[in-house]
Amino acid sequence: MWRGCRRLLWVRCPPARLHRPPPAADGGGPAGPCGRRAYAPPGERKRFYQNVSISQGEGGFEINLDHRKLKTPQAKLFTVPSEALAIAVATEWDSQKDTIKFYTMHLTTLCNTALDNPTQRNKTQLIRAAVKFLETDTICYRVDEPPALAELQKNEWDPVVAWAEERYNVTIGSSTSILGPNIPASTKETFISHLASYNMWALQGIEFVITQLKSLILSMGLIDRHITVEKAVLLSRLEEEYQIRRWGNVEWAHDYDLCELRARTAAGTLFVHLCSESSTVKHKLLQD
Amino acid sequence: MAVLGAPLRTLRALLRELRHAAGRHYRDSPAYRHVLAAFRAHRVTSEKLCRAQQELHFQAATYLCLLRSVREHEALHREYHGKGERSPEEVAGLVGFRLPQQPGGKG
Repeated sequence: MWRGCRRLLWVRCPPARLHRPPPAADGGGPAGPCGRRAYAPPGERKRFYQNVSISQGEGGFEINLDHRKLKTPQAKLFTVPSEALAIAVATEWDSQKDTIKFYTMHLTTLCNTALDNPTQRNKTQLIRAAVKFLETDTICYRVDEPPALAELQKNEWDPVVAWAEERYNVTIGSSTSILGPNIPASTKETFISHLASYNMWALQGIEFVITQLKSLILSMGLIDRHITVEKAVLLSRLEEEYQIRRWGNVEWAHDYDLCELRARTAAGTLFVHLCSESSTVKHKLLQD
Repeated sequence: MAVLGAPLRTLRALLRELRHAAGRHYRDSPAYRHVLAAFRAHRVTSEKLCRAQQELHFQAATYLCLLRSVREHEALHREYHGKGERSPEEVAGLVGFRLPQQPGGKG
């Protein structure tokens, strides 16, 4: 997955380009203003800023680390269209203690992806990649045995498929064969035209969520606020949960993966909602 | 609509997470103030089922899930995957040996 490779690249060359060369982040460097002398293994940056604040520029909202403006890995200025998103990104940067852990900053990653578009995909290619997941959608693939798992899949996944079919007026179905369900072209057309109504930023977020959950239908359920993030992650990992209940939970693997998936899905969903909303406040007079 | 529970519960949990994330002066952080302002603004409406209220509640629940799972993920990472390599002394100690001490240095 190219996203994993990008994280490796980030570890080697730090993403935040600043106006002046960054201070030396080697272990045992000169003590900072508060006497912080934590050893950071090479590849991790120490927190070099005290305050994180937001300012509004021409393109949108920008993040300031102390007095330096945040930039994307491709050295573009980091601007987001929505204030709430800027606040969330600033909170991410502010919550880093001692070292900067880029793998926990999912919203920043998503914004950087939307701004840089490193894979150079246009809107049609993104939509096509997203709808392609429908053919291999997780909740359309059922098992025959063990019967308990087949029953669980039917009880948990069928309502979501039924909801999607009703909401979008399409036929999806499910299958137990290795080839998967036969998705008619009209279904794909409907989804393509529905996704085309989102802007480029929201589409990046949607494609990210689909890739994480491995399911287009669950992602649409999240975007339409039909299911919560926890429920979507649970449905996506249904077989794993079944096996955990049967054989036991391994904290350093199962919980680790669960938390990571939840974090990424929540970040993607929040990103999509913040990028595709516009809020107005109408003050009504109280009448009695 | 998603099963979300009471908005007050989500708000309190979200503010608690922001407290963990922000540190000392969490009440002055922009996120804290924004969340409180947003919840206050959507409190009074004349409709029984307010769509904007539902949307805000869903967004708050999503953000809460994000903050909580990032914190738990980091804690798990620190506990299980963040130890790094052992030093040569520790490795020798695993099998009961000690590294030789050479007062004049090696070779």
